[in-house]
Amino acid sequence: MRSLLYIVTALAVIGLAFWAYRENYQTQAEIAKTEQINREIGQARARLTVLRAEWAYLNRPDRLRDLTEVNFERLGLLPLRPDQFGKVDQVAFPQPIEPELIINNPVDVSGMTGGEAVTRGDGVFP
Amino acid sequence: MIRTPLRPLARILEARASGENPDAIERENLRIRHEQMRDASRGRAEGRLLILSVIFFCAFGVIGARMGVLAATEPAEPRAASTGSAILAQRADITDRHGRVLATNFETHSLYAQPLQMIDKERVAAELAAIFPDLNQDKLLKDFTGKRKFLWIKKKLSPEQKQAVHNIGDPGLLFGPREMRLYPNGKLAAHVMGGASFGREGVHAAEVIGVAGVEKYYDDLLRDPARQGAPLALSLDLTVQAAAERVLYGGMKLMNAKGAASVLMDVHTGEIISIVSLPDFDPNARPSPLVEGDASDSPLFNRAVQGVYELGSAYKIFTAAQAMDLNLVNNQTMIDTGKALRVGGFNIGEFQKKNYGVLSVEDIIIKSSNRGTGRMALQIGVKRQKEFMKAMGFMDYTPLEIVEAKGGKPLYPERWTDLSAVTISYGHGISNSPLHLAAGYAALANGGTYIKPTIIKRTGAPEGTRVMREDTARYARQMLRKVVTEGTASFGEVQGYAVGGKTGTADKPKPRGGYYDDKVIATFASLFPAHNPKYVLVVTLDEPTETSGKKPRRTAGWTAVPVAAEMIGRVAPLLGLRPEIEPGELAGITLTSN
Repeated sequence: MRSLLYIVTALAVIGLAFWAYRENYQTQAEIAKTEQINREIGQARARLTVLRAEWAYLNRPDRLRDLTEVNFERLGLLPLRPDQFGKVDQVAFPQPIEPELIINNPVDVSGMTGGEAVTRGDGVFP
Repeated sequence: MIRTPLRPLARILEARASGENPDAIERENLRIRHEQMRDASRGRAEGRLLILSVIFFCAFGVIGARMGVLAATEPAEPRAASTGSAILAQRADITDRHGRVLATNFETHSLYAQPLQMIDKERVAAELAAIFPDLNQDKLLKDFTGKRKFLWIKKKLSPEQKQAVHNIGDPGLLFGPREMRLYPNGKLAAHVMGGASFGREGVHAAEVIGVAGVEKYYDDLLRDPARQGAPLALSLDLTVQAAAERVLYGGMKLMNAKGAASVLMDVHTGEIISIVSLPDFDPNARPSPLVEGDASDSPLFNRAVQGVYELGSAYKIFTAAQAMDLNLVNNQTMIDTGKALRVGGFNIGEFQKKNYGVLSVEDIIIKSSNRGTGRMALQIGVKRQKEFMKAMGFMDYTPLEIVEAKGGKPLYPERWTDLSAVTISYGHGISNSPLHLAAGYAALANGGTYIKPTIIKRTGAPEGTRVMREDTARYARQMLRKVVTEGTASFGEVQGYAVGGKTGTADKPKPRGGYYDDKVIATFASLFPAHNPKYVLVVTLDEPTETSGKKPRRTAGWTAVPVAAEMIGRVAPLLGLRPEIEPGELAGITLTSN
């Protein structure tokens, strides 16, 4: 009876030691992974800062103004003036667009009906 | 175990036969047995001691080994967990009110040299001088061949320059990572930004510190790691600021002015939407301050905040407003401005020695009569005028959150006599910055509360201090509107925005006393739309001359007003203000004087 108790205790100690060992290494691996991700986040942030700075630099008002002047022929952009404000009533409602082609006799292209495919459409598909 | 009997029968019998005492045999056997027992227990005890000593040896051995290991290894924090987010060691960004970047950081490299490791010093010096034209080849060579073990060559490198230095390929040239402050918009809002430079420098990092403007005022806040790099949002609007700078620059050139300043302020929140001072500079390469001459000639000088000038007739409206607020007059009270006004031994005259005769208070503002406001100031009295000026913030530096604001300390007479009261009533004898004036006009515009101007984005209107009644402010606004429709600021009319404002032209004081004849400060302080003001705009031109006529014209009506009108036309649509038809004045609300 006694020796059984000893054996069980010894086995429990071995089992627990193994469990603790495994947990320890798993934790360390997780920590290393987190740190790696943190490093990546830091690098991504730094890259983002650079991109944001570049965006701000490329969109600086001076440059945009010069670009509108260079491309005036094409874009015709001018500074916003008070007389450019309009009312909603002044904007024409978009006309409903007539569909160019009315398909009322569908064409069977699947070939499920057997025989050769029949084309009886009165036009081409857009 | 077979125990040896104490009295073995064979030996007892033998002893009895030979007449010996058999008890001796028993004692002998007992003694032998005791000795055996003693030996056995000693052996066991010795074994125990041995095991114990082995255990102790192991324990002390482990402790000793651990101590040895601890003493020999590099110290490291025990890693129980990984921190959630890395602390951002960066300086926080500065953005405008819509989150557009005004100042940010950029990773770059610095270049330093360790001459001891350098192989071909002459070639390195020659190639460096070729890459950086501002470096002197001879001086570099002297530094390299001298006793120095370390020297900085460049604090900031562009990637191209870095590659070029790499290509020299000398082991004595080394790079250190640097974080530099970048103002992507260049000169835009330069005076607000100020600039940044390096503080304490090491090879691997350098401290970025603000040297002027918001950067210096909020240096601690921007560097506070606890904010996790949250940007500082200013009240400025990037587009509006750019448009205002453009218009003001054009106006300054057109009016042949030496400098110019403008302030655009939200009248309800006190936020500065745009503040311009020309000439300006690039905060990315901040020029060094002047060591001699007048500080106001440097582009670093912020005319809108630091420049205190006598701003002239633009103050008249405050005198009129105070007189109305104290119920001394109403807007139609008639005052004789034709009579000579002599105070403290000085004659108070009008512009170009005009004589306006008897005028109502409203017309005094419209025609800008010095004698008229002078008489009102005498009625108000020195004490009350001083208190009012204090309440309007004209006697302290502006609380704007840039370090230069403290440099804009107003100038006013120490002994506030009747003569001072009269001259101050029309804006002479008291010197304020355009920002002071804007804050004062904002009080008129928002219905009589003084709100501290701020450069930081605010949510909601702060509680201001009431400086006048609401109806007083309304009458003052009507007068300001009439100055534009009927008076001296007729060029200020912008269709749809009902501009109201007051001009001010003040002779510039000479440094040695007295005033210049041909140098003026022209100011136009305006609010728009006059019937429901949202913004106040102050435009100041330094030494303008308008030369389209036969004689050069310098009054604000010819110089500052057209510039301000153009600016309102450009800026108001950007602020989302839709042009409106001005509501007519309702019949019956005009006060009459009888």
